[in-house]
Amino acid sequence: MNPPLLEVNSLRTYFNTPAGLSRAVDGVSFALLPGETMAIVGESGSGKSITALSIMQLVPEPAGFIESGTIQFNGKDLLDLTWEQMRSIRGRQISMIFQEPMTSLNPVFTIGFQIREAMLTHGKYRGDAATARAHSLLERVGMNSPDKVLRQYPHELSGGMRQRVMIAIALANEPQLLLADEPTTALDVTIQAQILTLLRDLQRDTGMSMLLITHDLGIVSQVADKVAVMYAGQIVEQAPTRDLLSNPHHPYTQGLIASLPSRSRRGNALFTLEGVVPPPTRWPGGCRFHDRCSKRMEICNTQMPSTTSQGEYRSVRCHLYPSAEAVTSQEPTR
Amino acid sequence: MIGYLIRRLLYSIPILIGVCFLTFVLFYMTASPTEIARRNLSAKNPTAQQIKDWEHQHGYDKPKWQQFVDTTEGLFLLRLGRSDSVKGERVMTRIKESWFPSFEIALLSFTAAITINLSLALVVAYFRGTYLDIYGTSLCVFMMSVTYLVYIIGGQFVFGRLLKLTPVAGFLPGWESLRFAFLPVVVAVISGMGASVRQFRTFMLDEMNQDYVRTARAKGVSEAQVLFKHVLKNAAIPVLTTSVQAIPGLFLGSILLESFFNIPGLGNYLVDAINSQDFAVVRAMVFIGALVTIFGYILTDISYALVDKRVRLE
Amino acid sequence: MQAFTSLFTISNLVPIVAIVVVLAGIRRAGRQPLWAEAYRRLGRNRAAIFSLVIIGVYCFVATLDSITWKSNALAQPESVITHLFNAMHVEAERTYSAPFAKMTTGEPHPHPLKGWHVLGTDGSGNDVLLETLRGCRTSIIIGGFTSLLITPVAVLLGMLAGYFGHRVDDLIQYLYTTLGSVPGILLNIAFLLVLGPGLVNLCFALGITSWVDLCRLVRGETLKHRDREYVRAARALGVRDIRILVTHILPNILPVVIITVTLNFSSLVLSETILSYLGIGVPAGTGSWGNMIDAARLELARDPIIWWNLTAASTALFILVLALNVFSDALRDAVDPRLRSS
Repeated sequence: MNPPLLEVNSLRTYFNTPAGLSRAVDGVSFALLPGETMAIVGESGSGKSITALSIMQLVPEPAGFIESGTIQFNGKDLLDLTWEQMRSIRGRQISMIFQEPMTSLNPVFTIGFQIREAMLTHGKYRGDAATARAHSLLERVGMNSPDKVLRQYPHELSGGMRQRVMIAIALANEPQLLLADEPTTALDVTIQAQILTLLRDLQRDTGMSMLLITHDLGIVSQVADKVAVMYAGQIVEQAPTRDLLSNPHHPYTQGLIASLPSRSRRGNALFTLEGVVPPPTRWPGGCRFHDRCSKRMEICNTQMPSTTSQGEYRSVRCHLYPSAEAVTSQEPTR
Repeated sequence: MIGYLIRRLLYSIPILIGVCFLTFVLFYMTASPTEIARRNLSAKNPTAQQIKDWEHQHGYDKPKWQQFVDTTEGLFLLRLGRSDSVKGERVMTRIKESWFPSFEIALLSFTAAITINLSLALVVAYFRGTYLDIYGTSLCVFMMSVTYLVYIIGGQFVFGRLLKLTPVAGFLPGWESLRFAFLPVVVAVISGMGASVRQFRTFMLDEMNQDYVRTARAKGVSEAQVLFKHVLKNAAIPVLTTSVQAIPGLFLGSILLESFFNIPGLGNYLVDAINSQDFAVVRAMVFIGALVTIFGYILTDISYALVDKRVRLE
Repeated sequence: MQAFTSLFTISNLVPIVAIVVVLAGIRRAGRQPLWAEAYRRLGRNRAAIFSLVIIGVYCFVATLDSITWKSNALAQPESVITHLFNAMHVEAERTYSAPFAKMTTGEPHPHPLKGWHVLGTDGSGNDVLLETLRGCRTSIIIGGFTSLLITPVAVLLGMLAGYFGHRVDDLIQYLYTTLGSVPGILLNIAFLLVLGPGLVNLCFALGITSWVDLCRLVRGETLKHRDREYVRAARALGVRDIRILVTHILPNILPVVIITVTLNFSSLVLSETILSYLGIGVPAGTGSWGNMIDAARLELARDPIIWWNLTAASTALFILVLALNVFSDALRDAVDPRLRSS
């Protein structure tokens, strides 16, 4: 088996806030193989965006800091790197696109400048080669008249087009890993689908790995090979996409899936998960999901469940699944 | 763009008329023409006829609205007229004589202030959150709290009297003028430094929190590049607005600075005219001052549109 | 008692009423959540508390200087501070004397001093400490009274311009653009020439130039709030414009107004010194740091250097302005953390 491209181990990213210490990411572990796409799904406030920013080490300072954990990338721990070493990885080996295409581009520079800058910074492409590549990148992300767009300013483009530009910038240096932080949330539904398809195609063409951060379980099946569900700073369930969607283990995942519109349940009222994610300064004791859980047990109030492996590719953090053997017998074999 | 300029210029006409009206009203509330005539006709107790002649000669015997229309019309045609004083010299001649000292000092202090303040603000913003930043901004507040007068008196005392580096006040033409301009420029720069550096720093830190900065970092752009390229160009927009507004000063000079340092510039001319209630000079100078101010605002808008492509002049 | 009331003039009520109103306003505001939170944040800021104490001391001195009574029926009314100095037998000397000196300075034949002067005496022999303390009142009045004059005007016009737009907006914008096109110092001079010298007139003259910025700000803020949902909703419910302005928009722009007025306070205090130099400041006889500093300009050329006059006045001014600056910064941060400068 290939060694993983990215391996995050018990990552904890905290923030100092006026309300106290905010444990936004609190012990997250996952691995991503080369060429694989993984989605991290969760409600807002679950810590999924901070996980991505922690990988890039772009957590807003000085309030935020990485408390502990390791982020192995190509076998090196990114957290051991200096700011300069990390800088040479950013945009070259790991790229990131953001949720807000409207504000993520610098308003006073042309699109051409901003794409070329990504290449010139790392010296992989220079001069005319960089311009030519910027042109072809824009073409690749589906812009109609790349020549014109290169000379345009961000405000002259629509949100969807700006997100395509962001993707072009991210791909400029052929990164091994793309972090996409809710790339479609701010866009119209029709454009969301286009961008997702584009991301999936680009991922297949270039063979890069992709980490897709989203709150929308519905879009996961189109893109991701596997899914991690995050709740209150922790990953509560990890599984191959199809398994997770067809047979969710964790009550939270079950709730998320039940609240998706579905053809098989047509005519019935949609299920809603009651309550909201608790504030990250005051995570509840015991299982962090216990006060919203429909299958709450006595133990959930007091003891935090540990992550148990459920077969080769699955794991879940829930007292209902105390050990691997107990559950796999009930599982249909894959 | 052209249409915008034309509209702005048209809009400035009522403002200029308003300025003329304001000066006119204030003038008549300050002193009657008869008083001025008495004053300008020397101390030899002028006869009623002499006063009448004087008023007629300067157009003060016409109905008030007629006076207003006449003088305003003259100003709009840039016929600035003659001074009300005994010599009755042309205002334009005086302006030609005394614009240079004002311009020299204003230009020097403007460029020096913007370069120094912007550089200091960049340094402080680059080291944000460190002790340099904290002490720097505290120093800015200290400097803001010292009155202009103390800077001037202190500057004159230290440079002029103790170190004897520069003349205390006055002015000479030619290259010699630089020696005289030095102290006023230093005082102008230092007295404005605290407020400007702090303000520019705020502009930059506001930009630092924008999403595009995160994008630049995610591309691997270095911190210095983020600050000096991405942030600086965006922060240039508010910096411009606050700085270009100072352009009217290039014409009128700093009224205060000139009278403190006894520099024969336009500001001094104006203050003298006010003190001797030379209305013809005051109204001409105020008119030109307003003209330059409005010009400065238009210039601000244009430079705005040049830096920030989102702004369309329509 | 009869004798006392005849000596104790009615004008003493003014400072007392002013203090009561300010304190009551501060207490009332504390009941609102926004200000209660702001007070709490201010309370944690040590620099803010310290500067507030300093401002309080200045205000206290100013109040002492504002409460006057006649020592006998024929005399001029004199303030608490003057009475205090009289009681301590600090009398006017012939001319300059250095702090703690026993002889006058600058005379060919120095004379022995009548009393003992902590900060020396000025050219006319007045005690510098007394003059400095008397400057507090002038500064506080210039800052406070001018703010009091301009705030209602600027807020009213700004809200009208922002809310009604069209003609009203055009007119008000025209008004302040015209005023803003004339160099401010000129307007100050012109208005003082029209109104004549005096402390209150000085406040009016300063007000003429300083309402423009506040008005522009209020107009912008009103514009912002006018299109917010809650205002639209109120309008849809048929609430009258006046009511919307007073009950919906005003409370929302008030914090910004208060912050701006406090930030502006120190520059008003500073401008007094500049006008004093131009000879149109506070009339002589009223304590004024501007006049003291201006007088000291020439004294530095003398030998021996007369430094105490200048130092006392500019230090007193510096400490007040610094405290005001620090406090208004802290207030801004406390009221609106989004506006935080760091």
